[in-house]
Amino acid sequence: MSKISGSKMLLKCLREEGVEYIFGYPGGKVIPIYDAIYDEKKIKHILVRHEQCAAHAADGYARATGRTGVCMATSGPGGTNLITGIANAYMDSIPIVAITGQVSTGEIGTDSFQEADITGITSPITKHNYLVKNVRDLPATVKEAFYIASTGRPGPVLIDIPIDVQNALIDENTKAEINLPGYKPTIKGHLKQIKEAALKIYNSSRPVIFSGGGVVSSGAHKELTEFARLSRIPVLTSLLGKGSFPENDELSLMMAGMHGTKFANLALTETTLIIGIGVRFDDRVTGKLSEFAKNAEIIHIDIDPAEIGKNVKVKIPIVGDAKNVLSDLIKEYRIIRDEKGDAPRQEWIDIIRKWKEDYPVSYFTDTDSLKPGYIIEKLHEIVKDNAIICTEVGQNQMWAAQFFKCSRPRTFISSGGLGTMGYGFPSSIGAQFGCPDKLVFDIAGDGSIQMVSHEFATAVVNKLPIKIILLNNGNLGMVKQWQELFYNKRYSETLVRDCVDFVKLVEAYGGVGIRVKKKEDVEKAIKEAINIKNLVLIDFHIDPDENVFPMVAPGAPISEMMVLGKEKK
Amino acid sequence: MNHIISVMVENKSGVLAKIAALFSRRGFNIESLAVGTTDDEKVSRITIVVNSDESSIEQITKQLHKLINVIKIQKLLPEHSVQRELVLIKVNTENKSRAEILEIGNIFRANVVDVTKGTIMLELTGNSSKISAFEELLKPYGILEFVRTGMIACSRGKKY
Repeated sequence: MSKISGSKMLLKCLREEGVEYIFGYPGGKVIPIYDAIYDEKKIKHILVRHEQCAAHAADGYARATGRTGVCMATSGPGGTNLITGIANAYMDSIPIVAITGQVSTGEIGTDSFQEADITGITSPITKHNYLVKNVRDLPATVKEAFYIASTGRPGPVLIDIPIDVQNALIDENTKAEINLPGYKPTIKGHLKQIKEAALKIYNSSRPVIFSGGGVVSSGAHKELTEFARLSRIPVLTSLLGKGSFPENDELSLMMAGMHGTKFANLALTETTLIIGIGVRFDDRVTGKLSEFAKNAEIIHIDIDPAEIGKNVKVKIPIVGDAKNVLSDLIKEYRIIRDEKGDAPRQEWIDIIRKWKEDYPVSYFTDTDSLKPGYIIEKLHEIVKDNAIICTEVGQNQMWAAQFFKCSRPRTFISSGGLGTMGYGFPSSIGAQFGCPDKLVFDIAGDGSIQMVSHEFATAVVNKLPIKIILLNNGNLGMVKQWQELFYNKRYSETLVRDCVDFVKLVEAYGGVGIRVKKKEDVEKAIKEAINIKNLVLIDFHIDPDENVFPMVAPGAPISEMMVLGKEKK
Repeated sequence: MNHIISVMVENKSGVLAKIAALFSRRGFNIESLAVGTTDDEKVSRITIVVNSDESSIEQITKQLHKLINVIKIQKLLPEHSVQRELVLIKVNTENKSRAEILEIGNIFRANVVDVTKGTIMLELTGNSSKISAFEELLKPYGILEFVRTGMIACSRGKKY
């Protein structure tokens, strides 16, 4: 019986979970683990420049691949730096496992150097967390952590490992058994409910499907598309639902909500039946809750029972995995349709087609200034469905969501629930590691990118050919937009015209910078960037006064949309 | 309205903290809390009394279910369960009031658990209203210390 250290055991367990990459940063209380990593052949450790980006990279990896991402940091500040990344993954239900070092078991609670109660701190932002006090618990803990992170409603799990546990010896062949008596996610939906739903859907004259991140994470995009086409029901999505249904399809209404399309919001207002799948009826979509979908009944399909009835009243709840439930729903719906013929939907579809014609997502074209909508449309024209788009948070994110028409799941990666500035670039690092053959873009703003520009080093060192589409307007644009509209144009701390030369900045890290100020150079620059096998930042100097429209004012019903001055393109 | 929730949890360190944190994060107040092991040493039972409306109690129950260490949750209805609290009350007897206090204690079937010159300690179990009534009657004599446990409750009959 040969014994190995807890650190070696940890890596062995991670290998068994199929981990390819650990995004991390060393420190005093994880040196034993890093010593084991020194000999590791299979798992590659990716050194980031700030722990927060390790968590975001693990998150981006998970979103792009569907596999669980792993990040690692030392005790104290290492762990606390992970927090934004963990909270981000929690809000968007992304499976990551965060591993932190901890002071030795004997020192816990004594406020020793670099000690922080990371399990206490992360309790409300993890699906579950562990403090491993004995090395014999380590194998089972790792197995449970990955199981919990990736099943049911996915989410982050943190494992805190004191340094003496990392050093303690354990029998190499210790069996890891999952023992979770309180954890049994419901996968299969209740068939009686599904039958009832199928009939209600069939009989509805103006139904819409509202698809969210749950459809992407359960891999139910094919089933969703099949069901929508079978039942001829228009589909609108949340931000995280982008990619769950092809946005160029005639049934697609694109994204709904605060900066959603006007036709999606009109459909949500006029519909008589919402079929919510893997969504949580978040305030950014519903607007003023008391005015939301007043004439509609709601069928809510979600794997998390706590989401059902949390924000809106639900007529038919179905707890289960989206893919599983949709498969059953397709079967049940088909039985009804085969018996009675297609449901009469043409009138509704015609109304929606008219809305789509009347209220396209648009920007002014009768100007020489560089419009972000134009840049993103061009980008889409060039890369089509063959790229992964990561975004930062703010105006850049909303423009990306409005103008980049997504057709495939896991190709639009954005911080939805937490709205984390500085998420896009590190997540693009994770996405590029997960999908080495894909083109990966980070659509960024000049505010967000400065929060994480140190990670240019990580990209260049690892030869990641990520392209940053920097929509540089010299503003903290989204807040400025609110100040313009609701705070009397009092631009408090949002004009950041501080002359950062982004081309030089990226060059300092060994990447390539391209500056674009004119519309006619956009296409050329994007094509040129794609051909460079290195990190490229394109610094687009966009119209600094361009705002994101349409927009629903905070607290207003989604039927009341502020639109672009002139609806034209 | 007060609701009684019985939560069976894995008997591991940190579990109570997670439950308490969940209540505060979701904006619920715990009126009373009692924790103890059960006949299965791996399982603890937490009895929580929470004041809220029906839809909130449903949400908090669902959120509790999501905690990995929570095994089972039972909502106990007052009419279908037995509820008990235990109280220790130390009362002043300086004013030759011991006999009167003992009489009140007898009516309530309280036990005398400590007597000194000038003080008497009574132990009483019962539901909340019985204990509150007892407290009211003893107040005039001067309550020196008052310790009350959280409520524990058990469903009646075969239902469990």
